[in-house]
Amino acid sequence: MEWSETIRTAIAALNARRMRSLLTMLGILIGISAVMLTVGLGQGAQQQITAQINSLGSNMIIVSPSQTTSSGGFRGGGGAATTLTTQDAAMLADAEVAPDIAAVAPTSSTSGSLQSSSTTWTSTVVGTVPDWQTVRARTVGSGRFFSQAEVDSAASVAVIGSETATELFTTGSPVGRTFSINGQSFTVIGVLESAGSSVSSNDDDTVVVPLTTYASRLSSSSAANAVSTIYLSGKDADSLSAAYQQVKTALLASHQVTSTDADFSVSTQASLVETATSITGVLTLLLGGIAAISLLVGGIGVMNIMLVSVSERVREIGLRKALGATPAVIRRQFLVEAAILGMLGGLVGIILGFTGAAILTPLIGMTVSISIPATVLALVVSVGIGLVAGVYPATRAAKLAPIDALRSE
Amino acid sequence: MLNMTGVRKTYATGSVEVEALRGIDLHVEQGEYIAVMGPSGSGKSTLMHIIGCLDVPTSGTYTLDGVDVSAMTEKQLAEVRNQKIGFVFQQFNLLASLTALRNVELPMIYAGVPAHERRERAMSALTKVGLADRIEHRPGELSGGQQQRVSVARALVTNPTLILADEPTGNLDSHSTREILELFEELNDAGRTIVMITHELDVAERAKKMSHIYDGLLIDEVPTHGAAK
Repeated sequence: MEWSETIRTAIAALNARRMRSLLTMLGILIGISAVMLTVGLGQGAQQQITAQINSLGSNMIIVSPSQTTSSGGFRGGGGAATTLTTQDAAMLADAEVAPDIAAVAPTSSTSGSLQSSSTTWTSTVVGTVPDWQTVRARTVGSGRFFSQAEVDSAASVAVIGSETATELFTTGSPVGRTFSINGQSFTVIGVLESAGSSVSSNDDDTVVVPLTTYASRLSSSSAANAVSTIYLSGKDADSLSAAYQQVKTALLASHQVTSTDADFSVSTQASLVETATSITGVLTLLLGGIAAISLLVGGIGVMNIMLVSVSERVREIGLRKALGATPAVIRRQFLVEAAILGMLGGLVGIILGFTGAAILTPLIGMTVSISIPATVLALVVSVGIGLVAGVYPATRAAKLAPIDALRSE
Repeated sequence: MLNMTGVRKTYATGSVEVEALRGIDLHVEQGEYIAVMGPSGSGKSTLMHIIGCLDVPTSGTYTLDGVDVSAMTEKQLAEVRNQKIGFVFQQFNLLASLTALRNVELPMIYAGVPAHERRERAMSALTKVGLADRIEHRPGELSGGQQQRVSVARALVTNPTLILADEPTGNLDSHSTREILELFEELNDAGRTIVMITHELDVAERAKKMSHIYDGLLIDEVPTHGAAK
């Protein structure tokens, strides 16, 4: 029997019981669109987070203090631990120690209350060096960034974020105007270009001052050379892992610790992306898994209906057998019917998934990313579910003895 | 052409064994028209199933057109039914969703006949039974007699060795019964071999030969009035 006839007969059989076929498809349809939406949502979130992490800077390595747990599991208090110093930063800037490092920016930050002639505002105050601009990939929109000379002389100058600028100085250019941070007077010399808000903080609401000025006039820490984070940038993406190793080895040596009880941690953008990806990946898997259960239920629905269909059509099966249909032909007939049910459900489910994605994206402000491979996979899966669900009913139909089938009323 | 020797068929219904056929010997030659008559419970349905290759005998041999069919697999039996036997059932057994033409095409679909040839042959078979103007009608739109003629066309279309009719007039009024029996006579005159199973004497007498089946045994084989014609 030709395939075209098999398919024609299957479609005729489904068409003869239109309402039932539609309801059966609904199970597959809902399952497929639910899986597509949840996985699409997960992928969208992943892309968004990755993009945000990448916008932090290029080839960035971050060294931050960490507490050792070697002394009986006791953890030191919070982020106030200051195990990193400007000496560490100076050492890492040495081309002999870390040849693959392009720029080093020791950074300290605190929350500061700002006051201009008209308003008060609270923002993050960052003390750092000119290399910060390179490492964090920030540019100055108006005015200029502070120079190494100003760091050396601990000048009271500040570069402010675009949002801080509008909050603090409602009218006119902020460059050249003065304001105070925690009561200390500073002059604005530049305004940063907007960077957009990142996952954890608003990069446009910030005040950047020379590290030395920060240490002498703003820091609460007793140690003048302490820094909270060292940002570094590698020469290029290829040597990033080498740079990572150089930083780690140099710091372990200078801190005289082994990697198991290191008082700092080194991470790269890639590792941050990896962490974020694994978190969203688990989430996607979880949601997708729940949605897949609905798909499974849809498959059981197909099997159920196919079984009903076989017992309803016993007479038809008997006649077809009497006229020369072999068991294999009958089996194929019912398998094709089930596969078509699955495929139609899958197709409509995909359309629904795309529609849902288009509606959801602006509604929840998150990208629902549905890829072409995922769509093809969804279609293959729905046909597969139809086939698997059809195996048992089709085998039952194929096994019917023609005389029993013809006899039944 | 049709040779049955010592055919027995035993059914196990629960713990009780029922012997439906107890040693049937039946020989049908090419071009014969034979009626097998018997009351219900005589084993005539079982005999029809075995002649029609819908079932296999428990013991004994059955050759059809030189092929031993007594120990064939389901698949082989399906092929033999497709090529060698044309069925006419009491219930017509037409598929309600298909047109008369598609119903007649059905056995050729399983035989793998190409679409255009299928259509031509189905058309000519329907013309032969006088339904050329009803080919696009579905069974529900046809009278009982017309439906049975569609199923005769379906039985003819594959050019089978044997036409096997199981109570072909059981569901028909007297007018349609006459029409169908006339059709069978024409087919037999044209050289077709026909075996008809029935419980009605006046129907059986229209065949050329008649056998009686009783308690799973064929008891005699007599010429009928039809043979004299």
